[in-house]
Amino acid sequence: MSDQAAARPTSLLNRGDHTARRHAAEARFRACGLGAILIGLAALAMLLTSVLGSGLGAFRQTYIHLPIHLDAAALDKSGDRDPEVLKKVTTIGYRKVIDAALVEAVAQAGIVIPGLTEDDSAGIISREAPAQVRDMALSDPDLIGETIQVRILADGRIDGYLKGRVSAESAARDSNVSLAQLQLADAMVERGLLSLDFNAAFLTAPDASDQRPEAAGLGVAILGSAYMMLIVLALALPIGVAASIYLEEFAPKNRLTDLIEVNVANLAAVPSIVFGILGLAIFINFAGLPQSAPVVGGLVLTLMTLPTIIIATRASLKAVPPSIREAALGLGASRMQAVFHHVLPLAAPGILTGAILGLAQALGETAPLLLIGMVAFVREYPGAPPEGFFDPASALPVQIFNWTQRADPAFVERASGAIIVLLAFLLVMNAAAILLRRRFERRW
Amino acid sequence: MTATWILLILLIIAAASFFLGRARAIACAGGDSRALHSLPGHYSWATVLVTLLPALLLLALLEISAALTPAGTLAVVILALAALAWSLRRITPVFRARATVERGVLALLILAACVAIATTAGIVLSMLFETLNFFVQYDWREFFLSATWAPRFQGGSELGFLPLLWGTLYISLIALIFAVPVGLFAAIYMAEYAGRRIRAVVKPGIEILAGIPTIVYGLFALITVGPLLRDYFAQPLGLGASGSSVMTAGLVMGIMLIPFVSSLSDDIIAQVPQSLRDGSLGLGATRSETIRQVILPAALPGIVGAVLLAASRAIGETMIVVLGAGAAAKLSLNPFEAMTTITVKIVSQLTGDSDFAAPETLVAFALGLTLFAITLCLNVLALAIVRKYREQYE
Repeated sequence: MSDQAAARPTSLLNRGDHTARRHAAEARFRACGLGAILIGLAALAMLLTSVLGSGLGAFRQTYIHLPIHLDAAALDKSGDRDPEVLKKVTTIGYRKVIDAALVEAVAQAGIVIPGLTEDDSAGIISREAPAQVRDMALSDPDLIGETIQVRILADGRIDGYLKGRVSAESAARDSNVSLAQLQLADAMVERGLLSLDFNAAFLTAPDASDQRPEAAGLGVAILGSAYMMLIVLALALPIGVAASIYLEEFAPKNRLTDLIEVNVANLAAVPSIVFGILGLAIFINFAGLPQSAPVVGGLVLTLMTLPTIIIATRASLKAVPPSIREAALGLGASRMQAVFHHVLPLAAPGILTGAILGLAQALGETAPLLLIGMVAFVREYPGAPPEGFFDPASALPVQIFNWTQRADPAFVERASGAIIVLLAFLLVMNAAAILLRRRFERRW
Repeated sequence: MTATWILLILLIIAAASFFLGRARAIACAGGDSRALHSLPGHYSWATVLVTLLPALLLLALLEISAALTPAGTLAVVILALAALAWSLRRITPVFRARATVERGVLALLILAACVAIATTAGIVLSMLFETLNFFVQYDWREFFLSATWAPRFQGGSELGFLPLLWGTLYISLIALIFAVPVGLFAAIYMAEYAGRRIRAVVKPGIEILAGIPTIVYGLFALITVGPLLRDYFAQPLGLGASGSSVMTAGLVMGIMLIPFVSSLSDDIIAQVPQSLRDGSLGLGATRSETIRQVILPAALPGIVGAVLLAASRAIGETMIVVLGAGAAAKLSLNPFEAMTTITVKIVSQLTGDSDFAAPETLVAFALGLTLFAITLCLNVLALAIVRKYREQYE
């Protein structure tokens, strides 16, 4: 100590080496903390920009604007517009009509591209377009024989070209799209035959097959997720609140209570995929419920959400001061009346907040749904509840996963776009929870 | 459909019993409800409970044993009516309807609380039976000790668990190596240095990371982090050419775990008594010295608990590894190689058309049970440590 004492400054106003070193260490430590926070925030920013950057394109879609003459000779040979007869004409018949209309429109606009065959120009139309026109004609048979102005989907590659995903170089390596087609697209854009419009179908249309990413939408997935959230809300909230009331207000200190407490704490930390195995083994293999059905997904997510809701509810019940209970008991209420008439209403905002956060967590959950068959390709909308709960459906996060597994890069854009939709739902739910807490939370 | 009809009939009987119970109670009291022991509503509900519960129980029994014949239907309705008659006869001015109703409600509350136990039991039993089935067909020593994973649906699969365990642990380790220092430093800064205004901005910012679904992290790994690591690290260093790798999945999982570690550590650091800080600062220590030599040692058990919980989360995580880690079961040290985990294989063995008699499918249940056991041990340990730590300062 004595040599150190000798090196020490004689005045408090002079900083010695030792103090300087300690202060430098302090600054370094503090910088580490700040750095950690910056890393966290940078990761968040990167995540969001990456998803937004690649996903915003999904909300715009390339459409071809064409006058189409629905030739009665090709589409309705009998001429009496009988819907049953009309249905016999498949999309192949409509395909020919559309192709011819496109070739004509291109010629009329005076577009000449060297080396462009008729097959090439037909190739810029989506494979989904004939079905669109056919549905239009079937819903209004009087259109047949008329010339109608339609807006049909362009092929995914042309869509990619307008959004900058496909370029002349990448087209050279891609057998699905030729340079002549891209030149045609450019010329059509100039003349207003081809344009990027808002893509409302992305939110309403069902999924589409591998070859037609331009037609794929989230309609079935959003509906399926909504059904599951309804089930989760209808089951998890009452069961969770009832369980919390018992544990917080009535449970005696005994083995059963301890067992329940331990179970709730552990269930909150069980990996979500394990709940998927439970759903597969119990609800599908044992109880015989259908695969891919929202009811199974809803039940599995209910079991997953219960611990979250129980923990939140118990916290808000605990926050109600005992004086409220004592006052009620003192006036002759039973314990049950004290809880249901006084404690529960006061705890309600906290409980609702917890329930919304639990729902948000359930909405984004993917892994357990993969195991109960939600990953199947579903094109049909599920029916109206309650029967619709048993129809096959998809779910938002599973649809995202499904699209990441497809070969066409256009599906990456769709998947990122779907994530934007999912995050928007989550944002609304979380904002609702925060507002609820701000507005109604009471502190004693 | 018959069950729906019976339910409807029971509902009508219940509605009738609601009004009959009330009317009977008021009639007993000579029209003056003040003469009754309980409120008139209690008599209504007591009648409804007694009428409905036995009939519903019988209905459920018949439904489960598939004996819901017309005779069974009649029995259910008669039981309900008999119960209604009995419960109406029971009503007198001194009948304690409130106690009856509350006993019923309490039973419902206990039932709801037992759902948690039933869920755990369901998890364990569902996996246990199929796992036993699997071990009848496949030697358990092979499963736990073999280093080859090569399922073939024609039969003759090798289902060694070790490569999957290695992939799981390796990815979790990388995630923790990234998340623990970052999360801990972030928590320390927020608890000890940041002013109220910075805290109000930064804390929710970090917590947003916790609210993002794992599928989003998975896609982030697939389209951003994977190609980035491949093009700037793996290929220049000659370590691999795959976008999905242990490093990709580990880093992205690390990002996911940051808020988990930081909010748990934040709580724990905030619980260290102020007197310890004051004492240390008063003796002339700088703030970082106080943190390193006083606060962290005092908070260590809690932080260890938080890290264990994070590890359990990492081991059970599915979507990030499905999209970011790859599907090849390998025992390798190269972090830029694609490897696979227990959860990835559960998904791949159980999706699509599965034959629930084949060991290739059943192995998923054995994997699930092993995963459940590993995470359960970590959770129990972590919760015990955290609880003990809390008691220490309370």
